Amino acid sequence: MIPKLKPAGAELLEHPSFLQALSLASEHAADVDRNARFPAEAIAALRAAGAMSWLVPRELGGAGASLAEAARAVFELSRRCASTGMIFAMHQIQIGCIARHAAASPWFAQYLKRVAREQRLIASATSELGTGGDIRRSIAAIHPAPDAEPLLRFEKKATTISYGASADDLLTTVRRSPGSEPGDQVLVLTHLSQTQMQQTDPWDTLGMRGTCSPGFALQATFPPEQILPAPFATISAETMVPFSHILWSHVWLGLASEAFDRAQSFVRKQARQTPGATPPSALRLAELSVRMAQFRAMVESALEDYAGLTARGDRAALSTVGFAVRINNLKISASEAALEACLGALRVCGVAGYKNDGPFSIGRNLRDAHSAALMIANDRLYSTNASLLLVHREGK
Amino acid sequence: MNTTSVQSCSTAQDIRDQLRKIVKDHAGLSLPLDKIEDSTDLYRAGMSSQGSVVLMIAVEAQFGIEFPDAMLSRDVFRSIETIAGAIETIQREES
Repeated sequence: MIPKLKPAGAELLEHPSFLQALSLASEHAADVDRNARFPAEAIAALRAAGAMSWLVPRELGGAGASLAEAARAVFELSRRCASTGMIFAMHQIQIGCIARHAAASPWFAQYLKRVAREQRLIASATSELGTGGDIRRSIAAIHPAPDAEPLLRFEKKATTISYGASADDLLTTVRRSPGSEPGDQVLVLTHLSQTQMQQTDPWDTLGMRGTCSPGFALQATFPPEQILPAPFATISAETMVPFSHILWSHVWLGLASEAFDRAQSFVRKQARQTPGATPPSALRLAELSVRMAQFRAMVESALEDYAGLTARGDRAALSTVGFAVRINNLKISASEAALEACLGALRVCGVAGYKNDGPFSIGRNLRDAHSAALMIANDRLYSTNASLLLVHREGK
Repeated sequence: MNTTSVQSCSTAQDIRDQLRKIVKDHAGLSLPLDKIEDSTDLYRAGMSSQGSVVLMIAVEAQFGIEFPDAMLSRDVFRSIETIAGAIETIQREES
């Protein structure tokens, strides 16, 4: 059985331009992967569908869509091209942070209207050279811009910025001021016109090649209104981390589903060759479908839990130790499940899956799935949870 | 609170003074004791998530209490004042 998510946001997901984005993602997936290039065709169609502002509130010109609707779109895109799905997911994470934590600020309200009007694409610069992969610490800090007060300035060496070269705007973590502690961070939204970006290394990776995520040296000059008013610690706990882990999980569920679909087609083809006999690979497929059902249930329940807490406005619950453990478990577990599913599909398809061409190739899915354990390293999350579990008591 | 029926260590000021010492020893801050006010935002002063977990354990050990999960949050562990408020709530419920 092909895994299906519960329908959400049917009207947005049936928009002709969104359907076109799906077919373009599929059509260009192999070329995007081979050439490690930005999936420009699918992203253009997503813009035409107004999808860049799906999570922007209606009163600011957006579609006022739910996270469930965005997640569903991420899943469908990733089932055709995981790089396209991941780019779309990352953009929605940035929109979520701004819409949930800065929409009361006049500058950001205007900005969100601009996103809806111009379908701007936002990239994120949370990584930094020298922080050991810990995005909750920054070295770069906001300084007064010399000779240009009241403008402000930062310089940052980001180790990776996904689709940095193709974005319109950048959301960057920095310390609040030169004297601030490494954990006292804020988010700054800068337009490309305010930001000098110098690519610092090439992009040639095992998988997720279409996300085009090399390092960049950044230098930006901007007015103070472009700093998100809430501390990054709050935005991170309440929105960025849960949005990321939930939407990334949908990317991984999508790419695993594509691998499963291919394995199922392979088994069907074998069955047609020997009518009346169930091919041996069918048993492996049956095993795989159990794992896919577990994977899907886990991803769906995490989304429902988070949607329930945010619908109740229970912000306090989002910053508890218990929620942090739960949302980290989702990321670890979904990233491991995606890789296992692709390996399972490869075992079903055998040599046909191992080949880089043909309808049963699992290569791209498998290579893409390997990125899942590395995006915020699972070892880091295990170590965070190990410490959180010293105080967390389930069910209290 | 009825001060005659609780331990002497539980007066409002005592709780805060004990917390100041625990924060100094366990929260991983570089601030000296006299710079840690009741209202100092410990996260802005440099306390990491890791530091806050160590602080939670130390507070539970010192006061012989267990925080329910709903209280194990950033808001509760933001300052000496907010931690003291949570301890007082737990002690009130236990007495």
